[in-house]
Amino acid sequence: MIAFELTPEQKDLQARARRFAQEEIAPIAAEYDRRGEHPAFLVDRVYEAGLINLAVPAEYGGGGRGVLDNCIVTEELGAACAGITTTIMVNSLATTPLVLFGTEEQKQAFLRPLCERRELAAFCLTEREAGSDASNVRTTAAPEGNGYRINGRKCFISNGAIAALYTVFALTDPDRGPRGMSALLVPADTPGISVAKIEDKMGQRASNTAEIVFEDVWVPKTNLLGREGHGFGIALRTLDHARAGVAALATGVARRALELATEYAQQRVQFGKPIAELQGIQFMLADMAMLVEASRLLTWHAAWLADRGLPNSKESAIAKCFASDAAMRCTTDAVQIFGGYGYMRDYPVEKLMRDAKLLQIYEGTNQIQRLVIARSLLKGR
Amino acid sequence: MNFRLSEEQEAFRELARDFARREIAPVAAAYDEREEFPWEVVQKAHRAGLMNLEVPEEYGGPGLGPLEVALIAEELAVGCAGIATTLLGNGLALLPILLFGTAEQKERFLPEFCAEPRLAAFCLTEPSAGSDIAAVSTTARREGSEYVLEGVKTFITNGGVASLYTVVAATDRKRGARGLSLFVVPAGTPGLSTGKKERKLGQRASDTREVIFEGVRVPEENRLGREGHGFQMALATLERARVGVAAIAVGVARAALDAARAYARQRVQFGQPIIGHQAVQLMLADMAMGVETARLLTWRAAWAFAQSEPGAEMLSAMAKCYASDVAMRVATDAVQVFGGYGYMRDYPVEKYLRDAKLLQIYEGTNQIQRLMIARRL
Repeated sequence: MIAFELTPEQKDLQARARRFAQEEIAPIAAEYDRRGEHPAFLVDRVYEAGLINLAVPAEYGGGGRGVLDNCIVTEELGAACAGITTTIMVNSLATTPLVLFGTEEQKQAFLRPLCERRELAAFCLTEREAGSDASNVRTTAAPEGNGYRINGRKCFISNGAIAALYTVFALTDPDRGPRGMSALLVPADTPGISVAKIEDKMGQRASNTAEIVFEDVWVPKTNLLGREGHGFGIALRTLDHARAGVAALATGVARRALELATEYAQQRVQFGKPIAELQGIQFMLADMAMLVEASRLLTWHAAWLADRGLPNSKESAIAKCFASDAAMRCTTDAVQIFGGYGYMRDYPVEKLMRDAKLLQIYEGTNQIQRLVIARSLLKGR
Repeated sequence: MNFRLSEEQEAFRELARDFARREIAPVAAAYDEREEFPWEVVQKAHRAGLMNLEVPEEYGGPGLGPLEVALIAEELAVGCAGIATTLLGNGLALLPILLFGTAEQKERFLPEFCAEPRLAAFCLTEPSAGSDIAAVSTTARREGSEYVLEGVKTFITNGGVASLYTVVAATDRKRGARGLSLFVVPAGTPGLSTGKKERKLGQRASDTREVIFEGVRVPEENRLGREGHGFQMALATLERARVGVAAIAVGVARAALDAARAYARQRVQFGQPIIGHQAVQLMLADMAMGVETARLLTWRAAWAFAQSEPGAEMLSAMAKCYASDVAMRVATDAVQVFGGYGYMRDYPVEKYLRDAKLLQIYEGTNQIQRLMIARRL
């Protein structure tokens, strides 16, 4: 039976996340954006507030909740700062392969300590020549003795320089292409790992994005997730699962843009009255409100499917693509409503617009999402 | 949170889908071409239980809620938006009786609609009162225990085929919106006549015409609610009925997407089906996103009305506006995917495009929907 209400626990979680976003994130967002720095001190507080690793089962130190709950939190945090929220959200992305495909021993050995030590993880798939074409990964993990020897470079890795654990996708059998790809758990303190570059980004500057070099990095066989050659499938399943999170973050950014624009339009007087009374402005606000509402519904739908273990690659692609396009449009229009002031860094809306652009690009560009959607139409879904 | 339909809802959806496939789709083009009223389809829809959906069981109806109405409307519209409008227009006209009528009025007016195929028409719009509802100039002058109606209503859906009219008229013109009242007027009442059938761009199976009131007398028992409350009652009626328009829009958009997808799989250019070209894939993906989003907004709004949630009217404005814009875009793109063939009346997509345009206009233009949304922000 169709129902759109949140449970009392979800409403409580939403309220807690909103409070945390307003009290802990919003006040520091502009400053960390300016410095292009990751607010390390905040990680502890997010852990303390129980607003990270929500979908990790409680027995391993996570929140023991689902993807939908995670999305509820992500929207709230995203409304305060997309960059900081990406840091938190990527933890889910990086730990999802472990949650979905890890053995009990692996979860005990990697997941539980990560949660207990309040650490961050990173998802290492993208390479210079493997962006949208993720099957083109060149990093190798050559079987050697009782383990693998990893060599290669991963780029644009969120949390790259601040993670304690990497989920690395590498070729254990380079001759087989993507079918020779495997997923490996690599602790950051393993010898041979270095940070080649920390990226200086247009937006989401509080999020750490780095290029990571793996040089003769050896890990034991027990660090292999699933089976050899299953890495590409694991990566895709993980991205399907996590994509609703990006949509939730985008919904938060779009919502914030709408809130700020509405507030500003009610104060700003031109032609003798608040600009909110002008139909031109009202239409812009109404369009933004429709997009925010629609983005949230798409996000919740994709998350709801994920929580039930139902196929959601089409729905999560729709949610991610739609919501991030909506965020871009809402933030652009918010800058427009603020006019000249909106363009100035003294006001918060230009940051929203800079932050939003990345949402259309990462975790699968929106062009790739559209191809995923089209493919599912081809299959008759 | 739950996105699954109940078994009963699935059953209604299936019933309507089956009906649209067997009884509407095969005749849609012919009724459109001839601009003829689809009486036969109305009779069959009535027999199938797909009319008077929200009328409670005690008056002979199925007593469905807004969500079921939305599910059924989407399916009917996949068959033909004009025919769906005819059937939904009947629901719109009966809605003020359901929402604001007394038990006696419901008993008097509703059972006959359930007993046999009849249609009702909602008379609000006038030549000078379109988006500006408050400008209604049809008057209802009180004479003893009767009201005498004078005025002209325009663009009335089911205008020439209705057996009952719900009419917004001014009982006190000086008070503007606060002087409006709502009346039930049976067809055949002396002084009531209808103008010529409008020749429309699309939705041509739907009967749209002027309804003229010249000294039409109705007893005061035919007034719905209190004098002066007509404006709020009309608004409340439209706010709720708008979910149905959104659902029709979802249906049109879905039909256009399905047609475009099927065509793209079979049409070969450059040595492969055109669905193999990214340019076409990206168009289909955008269309699919539109349909999915429009449907969720529609269900969300319907659920809000079913729960009597505050703010339901904002959600129905969003759903109506968004879904009809999507229908227009998706239908336009479907014609584009079909190329030259899409422009020909031998293929179904040009009709979707023509039909979709009305969805952005009727039951409150999308400009008015946006103003309502903005006002509530």
